[in-house]
Amino acid sequence: MRYFDHMATNPLRPEVLDAMMPYLKEEFGNPMSLYALGQKSKKALEEARGQVAALIGAKPQEIIFTASGAEANNMAVRGLAMASKAKGSHIIVSKMEHHSVLNPARMLEKEGFAVTFLPVDKYGMVDPGALEKAITKETVLISVVHASPEVGTIEPVEEIGRIAKKHGVLFHTDAVASAGYLPVDVEALGVSALSLSAHEFYGPKGAGALYLKGGTRIVPLIYGGIQESGRRAGTENIPAIVGMGKAAELAKAGLAERAGKLARLRDRLVAGVLEGIGHVYYTGHPEHRLPGHASFCVEFIEGEAMLLMLAAKGIYAASGSACSSKALKASPVLLSMGISSQLAQGSIVFSLGTDNAEDDIEYAIREFPAVVKRLREISPYAGGWGGVKETGTCIPKN
Amino acid sequence: MSLRFVAGVKADVTADIVYMMCPMHLLKLEEMMKTLAPGQVLEILTDYDGALEDIPGWCGKTGNEFIGVEETSDFFKFYIRKKER
Repeated sequence: MRYFDHMATNPLRPEVLDAMMPYLKEEFGNPMSLYALGQKSKKALEEARGQVAALIGAKPQEIIFTASGAEANNMAVRGLAMASKAKGSHIIVSKMEHHSVLNPARMLEKEGFAVTFLPVDKYGMVDPGALEKAITKETVLISVVHASPEVGTIEPVEEIGRIAKKHGVLFHTDAVASAGYLPVDVEALGVSALSLSAHEFYGPKGAGALYLKGGTRIVPLIYGGIQESGRRAGTENIPAIVGMGKAAELAKAGLAERAGKLARLRDRLVAGVLEGIGHVYYTGHPEHRLPGHASFCVEFIEGEAMLLMLAAKGIYAASGSACSSKALKASPVLLSMGISSQLAQGSIVFSLGTDNAEDDIEYAIREFPAVVKRLREISPYAGGWGGVKETGTCIPKN
Repeated sequence: MSLRFVAGVKADVTADIVYMMCPMHLLKLEEMMKTLAPGQVLEILTDYDGALEDIPGWCGKTGNEFIGVEETSDFFKFYIRKKER
C-alpha cells in the first residue's frame, strides 16, 4: 500500500497508542470523580491539555477539548458569533473554508446574521486588503483557514490577525490541516480561536481541540455539565485526549526536519506528474503551500475514476474535499479559485506523510500516467470539451 | 438571604463566566474567594439565572456578605464581599 491521503487521516504513532493503552484498560476513572482512580484521569487530562497548548504556544487553560476538528470549527463560528450578538451581526468567512465552517456560517445567516463569503484568487489565497474592506461596524468574527487541505495553500493568517486586531474583531483559524506540518503559534498568528484535530497529526480519531484566547466569551454547543470549564459538557474521552497530547508533543519535535523531507518528496512528485501527464494543472499556490501537499486537476477524466484505478494499484489518494471523495461532484473550493466545473471533476490530491519514502513517489510517478492514459482512452471527453485549450502552464487561468 | 439590586459597585476582582454552564458559578465563586483578602469584593459576571438563588444562598451558608446583583441586558453582575478572618 502506498498511502497518499494524509489529509484524510493518519495512522496512530506507536508511542501514542502506548500512551493511550492504560486509559483504555485499568485507568478508566471519570476525571470528575474525587477518588484516586478519577483523579488519575484528571491528571492525565490536564497533562494532555498542557501538551496540546505547547504545540501552539497557548496556555493550558485556553484549550477546550472537543470530539473533532469539525466540532471545534462549529463551536468557534457559532459560539463566538452568538456570544458577540450584542455587538454586531456580521461575520466574514473565506470561500476556502471546510464545510464545518461554511455550514455553521450558513446557519447563522438563517438566524439573522449577515455573512460575507470572501472570494479568493486563482491560488486559493485570501486577499487581506479585500478582507479589510469587507469589515463593517457590525463585524464580530472572521474565520479563515490556516492552510487548505484541498489545495494546500497557506493563507496570510498573520496579516489577517493584525487586521482583525486593528478593528477589534474576533479571528478564528482552522489549523486542522496545518498543525504538525507548519509551525502554529497562536500569538504570532494573532488569533482569538484556533481549531485542531488529533488524527491529522498521528493522534487518534475522536479528539480535537479549540484554542480560545483567555477572556474570550463563547456560547457552548453542548450543554449539560461543567467539563472543560463549563464550555463543553460530556465526560471527556480520556484515552483519545491522552493520545492527542502525546501526538502533539511528538508533532512539535522535529517539525522543521519533517516538513523539509515532505517538501522534497512532494516536489519530486509534482515534477514527475507534470512531466509524465499532459493536460494537467497543479492547483493551489505553487510555493505557499503545505509541505507534503500535491493537488492537481487532470483534464477530460474524473477524480473518482482515477482514485479507483489508483487504488487497484495500491495507491491511495483523494479527490474533491480531501476527507470525502464522494461529497461533491465539483468542489466549491476549486470553483471559487476560478477553475471550471469540468476541470474540477478531475481533481486529485496526494497528501504525503512521514511513512512515505522516495520509492513510493517513484511508484506513483510510474503508475499515475498509465491510469490517466487508460481513462482518457475511454473518456467521452478525450478529444477535449471545446473551448478549453492546453495552456502549457500548471496554474489554472482565472 | 434575600435578593438585593445594586448599581455601580466597585470590585477588587472580576470573574467573567458568561456562557459557562451551571454550576460553574458556584465553583468559580469558591475558587476566586480563596484568592481574595478579607474585606475585598468579588464581581461575578454570569448569564445563568439560577445564580440569583444560588449565590445569595451560598453567601448565607458561608458567612460572606452578598452585596447585591446588577442586571444588564446580557448578564448579571454579582457582588460578594469576603468575610473578615
